[in-house]
Amino acid sequence: MVESRVTRILLRLGAGVTLAFIYVPLLIIGLYAFNRNVTQAWPIENYSTRWFSVAFHDEKVRDALKLSLLAALGATTVALVLGTLASMAVARYRFFGREVITFAVILPIALPGIVTGLALQATIIDVLGPLGVSFGLTTIIVGHATFCVVVVYNNVIARMRRTGGSLDEASADLGADNWQTFRYVMFPQMRTALLAGALLAFALSFDEVIVTIFTSGAQQTLPIWIFATLARPAQLPIVNVVALFVIVVSIIPVYFAQRLAGSSGLTGERPKQGAIAASIEAEP
Amino acid sequence: MTSVPVVEPPPRESPGRRLSTFFFRHSRVRLGVLLALPLAWLVVVYFGSLFVLLLSSFWDTDPFTAEVVHDFTFENFRRIIETPVFRDVAWRTIQMAALVTVADAVLAFPIAYYMARVASPRTRDILVIAVLMPLWANYLVKAYAWRTILSEGGVINWALEPLGLHFDGYSTVGLWLVFTYLWLPFMILPIYAGLERVPTSFLEASADLGARSLTTFARVILPLAFPAVVAGSIFTFSLTLGDYIAPGLITNEQFIGTVIYNIRGEALPTAAAYSMVPIVVVITYLFVARKLRAFESL
Repeated sequence: MVESRVTRILLRLGAGVTLAFIYVPLLIIGLYAFNRNVTQAWPIENYSTRWFSVAFHDEKVRDALKLSLLAALGATTVALVLGTLASMAVARYRFFGREVITFAVILPIALPGIVTGLALQATIIDVLGPLGVSFGLTTIIVGHATFCVVVVYNNVIARMRRTGGSLDEASADLGADNWQTFRYVMFPQMRTALLAGALLAFALSFDEVIVTIFTSGAQQTLPIWIFATLARPAQLPIVNVVALFVIVVSIIPVYFAQRLAGSSGLTGERPKQGAIAASIEAEP
Repeated sequence: MTSVPVVEPPPRESPGRRLSTFFFRHSRVRLGVLLALPLAWLVVVYFGSLFVLLLSSFWDTDPFTAEVVHDFTFENFRRIIETPVFRDVAWRTIQMAALVTVADAVLAFPIAYYMARVASPRTRDILVIAVLMPLWANYLVKAYAWRTILSEGGVINWALEPLGLHFDGYSTVGLWLVFTYLWLPFMILPIYAGLERVPTSFLEASADLGARSLTTFARVILPLAFPAVVAGSIFTFSLTLGDYIAPGLITNEQFIGTVIYNIRGEALPTAAAYSMVPIVVVITYLFVARKLRAFESL
């Protein structure tokens, strides 16, 4: 330990302040979900759970939830296929333009969402419209999948770089064909990385609003329902409940993804975190 | 039990095996098969859309019907360059993005450092999850939470009231606070990853050579962690640049995102031309970041 005692105490203090800054707003919005009154004043005077049942029985909320789940499932599936294929190519081959692929995969989340959204909207109106495709679930999934690819890609490529290609070659030497190698050698190694990538892609899609507003037309996903309802003060208690629900739903997959692969999706996976990742590490 | 050595018969020539042999001999073909789908998707869907956007920025709008007229013109670009409002808004947004990036870097460094070098492995794992979960929590909900917190009867003014103070939350300063909050985890994680890679022996060597902690920090840790800060800033900068929801919820002040969002209905070509501003800024930023080796810290 190089850091002095004082430094460490100051660091702990700084870390505490930042953590509080991150969590206090989430706690506050969580408390508001139990606010009995319609007005949003602080401090909350009466607590109750009455708005939970109101939100649960709200037809629009249910439809929006259904659409959000369908979109997230669709986008996750597409992202899994595309992200895995791209990461296999980049991790196992050297070819001209390899860097470009990494760049192209990152670009959809690096460029501001409004650019992606506007571009997709223009394309849907000008190109897909004449072909008979209109705004709806399909266009939402296409938009989401485009920026979900990167989280799958990051997770799988980190795992493939760590495991190396020698096992695949050994499998081929022992007479396995491509499918057998994938099924019995590569897939078991990648499984947790795939699951982590899928969970993160799901969370990303389930929460997305900036691009979705441009690709959904008149349809409402849950975040879009929230956005549209913010303008109606009388409905804010329901929004509070849905807000709490949405936070919990997107936090759970992230927790499991982290435990599975030590994965942030941003920084790829970190070695020696999580029991499963560690057990894989122990293999030759 | 006695083990009998088994001699495997040579594999049968099934179509699957012949395909495998073919792919083994022609690894370029196998690469092509792997890349075909992801590339097709990215090129057709994503770059195709961006191309359509670029194309529509050269189109014209009928002043009476607000219909898009497919005539090639530089009018939109002339307008966004010559109209002071467009310039002011772009400049204000870039300043905001820079200020948010600085605030996030300052807030992120202590906790990232604590996670990477002070905390026990167990605490570190817990902290990684604690930082990660809010990153993925719904962006809109977080912005909405701040709208509630910053309001007249909200938590902040409730806390300031006994001190005789008042904070106008629905202002540019309030928005700066909200952006700083929203993108903070995007900054913490790359810095943490970067600091974790700094070998302890470097710090010990620095101390052995007589450097005090502050010198070690400024001349060893900071230069080594800088690419990671740049990696984090890609997110804080780019996300601020294109946001239209948080500004809309918090202030009446216009930013690049809100302008594009508001004019896209009646003047899509102008909106498309204006969206080239964040594209150019972010791509320039990405190239600089790559030169600074920030991509390895992503």
